[in-house]
Amino acid sequence: MNETAAAATLSDRKIVARVVDLTKVYHLGNNVSVDALRGVSIDFYQGDFVAIMGASGSGKSTLLNLLGCLDHPTSGQYVLGGNDVSRLDDEALSGIRSRYIGFIFQSYNLIPQLKVVENIQVPLSYQRRPIADARQRAIRLARLVGLGDRLHHRPTELSGGQQQRVAIARSIVNNPHIILADEPTGNLDSATGGEIMDLLAALNRAGRTIIMVTHEAEVAARAQRIVRLRDGLVEEVFENRPVTVE
Amino acid sequence: MLAEFLQKLRLGVGSLMLHKLRSALAVLGILIGVTAVIWLVAMGEGVSYQAQQQIKDLGATNIIVRSVKPPQESTRTGGTLFIPYGLLREDYSRIISNVPTIRQAVPMREISREVRNLDHVLDAKLVGCTPEYLELNHLHMARGRFLMEEDVNRCENFAVLGHKTAEILFPYEDPIGETVQIGSDFYVVIGETAERTASAAIGGSLEAREYDTDVYIPLSTLRWRIGDMVLTSRSGSIEGEVVELSQITVMVEELGEVDPTAEVIRGLLQKFHKNVDYAVVIPKELLRQAEMLRTLFNVLLVLIAGISLLVGGIGIMNIMLATVTERTREIGIRRALGATRGDIIQQFLTETIVLSGMGGLLGVLGGFLCHPAVAVARRGMARVFPEMMASLPMNIKNIEPRIAPWSIVVALAISVAVGVLFGLYPARRAAYMDPIEALRHE
Repeated sequence: MNETAAAATLSDRKIVARVVDLTKVYHLGNNVSVDALRGVSIDFYQGDFVAIMGASGSGKSTLLNLLGCLDHPTSGQYVLGGNDVSRLDDEALSGIRSRYIGFIFQSYNLIPQLKVVENIQVPLSYQRRPIADARQRAIRLARLVGLGDRLHHRPTELSGGQQQRVAIARSIVNNPHIILADEPTGNLDSATGGEIMDLLAALNRAGRTIIMVTHEAEVAARAQRIVRLRDGLVEEVFENRPVTVE
Repeated sequence: MLAEFLQKLRLGVGSLMLHKLRSALAVLGILIGVTAVIWLVAMGEGVSYQAQQQIKDLGATNIIVRSVKPPQESTRTGGTLFIPYGLLREDYSRIISNVPTIRQAVPMREISREVRNLDHVLDAKLVGCTPEYLELNHLHMARGRFLMEEDVNRCENFAVLGHKTAEILFPYEDPIGETVQIGSDFYVVIGETAERTASAAIGGSLEAREYDTDVYIPLSTLRWRIGDMVLTSRSGSIEGEVVELSQITVMVEELGEVDPTAEVIRGLLQKFHKNVDYAVVIPKELLRQAEMLRTLFNVLLVLIAGISLLVGGIGIMNIMLATVTERTREIGIRRALGATRGDIIQQFLTETIVLSGMGGLLGVLGGFLCHPAVAVARRGMARVFPEMMASLPMNIKNIEPRIAPWSIVVALAISVAVGVLFGLYPARRAAYMDPIEALRHE
């Protein structure tokens, strides 16, 4: 693999998210503190598909929470879509989440009392501007993930794979800068997990930036790059295959 | 804007429908509170309205001067069997000649007497009075005529019967022109008064007055035929009372003259009565007191009902806290998807307000059931505890609740306020959860 060529191709591309020297210290009380991240710097490019791997305690969940604007870094910088968001207050971060970030969780995390189409719409309902075609958009995305005939079902009436499809539709309804996927296939059998990965890969091919945490090498193999964390530091960045610009 | 609001409302109702029984119980708490406010206030209003009507019947521009029997010991000193007390005919003439503001003054004398027509007998109240009595007591004639000046001057043996008196003594015939026997004297019936509800007692100064079992005769006739002395036999001994007048009802021109006139009369009586064997009752004063009492009563009732609303509110808070804990995961999801703390507060506050508002509305509907409920309760009581019902005072037996419009507004406002107040803490608790922790919550 020609690493310099790949790097040259990557650096030509627009950076959508960049973390610089990010640290996170958790204070557990009694003067006990845990350094979850000890200075992580990664650039995420437009159309990137990154798998973050590492043993438990390596800091991958912490990194994902910081990337998802759910937490503040202890130090360092997080630039999302050209804006430094590492020092924003809770309300501003909520706004960032509703507009620029899509979440996919291991346990799907759909809201049980809402129907499929309503679940997909949730991120839009927290954007301050009114969105006229929210429902149409949700229906279109439900069809896109293959659930056009399940619009008015509730999550409990769906299989795990179907629920994750709804979650994927929900993660792109707001046209986010980045999609964060936390073990998206962790609760699924391998066949269904494969289908979900196909769907994510298809989204990536369509230009979506996906950052995925996983500990399964098989799943990580579907990504373009693999970032391996160890003890709160980036151990290695591995180019899975030559990045092709579409 | 409206669509957004409706959307939030729909969401709230949807979440509440997940736990129908739990939500229904929370609503019930508020419902009972609101209904209690409306019912209690309606009862209070009903009682005070009754009292006010009765006081108004006495006449706001009237001053009532009554004879009051003084305590036994103070009158027994002379060893005499006859106890003279009360208002004198002299008092009457003194009052009308000395007080210029008086428009009318009616002296009267009441004695209980057996009235008889053949074998129809009735223990009636014999009232010796003057023609003005009719107007002063808001009485109306059913047939015939009332006493006239001439009748009084000539000491005629004429009698006007109260409605019930006439019914009992003359069940089948027209009493006019017939005669009734009182003691050893016969009186010609010249008229019958129309039905008139009794006035209730007001404090200790004025007893309840039932007009329908009265027999009215000219005051002069009463003095002539029966005299001032009344003998009553009590446990073997015979007691005599000497009373010239039972009551003088004074009417003044204007409301403002009531108090000064009453003062003058008091002063006048004080000078000539060694014992306080009279009472000056001012209905207007009673009206004011009754109104004050009503306000006090209402405040008290609202306070009591407020406590039940408070209990309802605590119930709501309890349920919302459980809901928040149960839906921690949902809160985490919503926060991750971009909900601000304000959004979460709004969501849960909407749910509590829906609960309490629904309780409030249903409570108002329950409030309107006050009338039928009282009627049913009264009928039930009469059937199960007839003696107890019979022993209840008139104004409780005949209580008619009057729903006060302000109580509905107050009850609704309080219920919504309770929703906000008791919803705020659980909602804030939801909003200030750490989204990461919340997402991890099982």
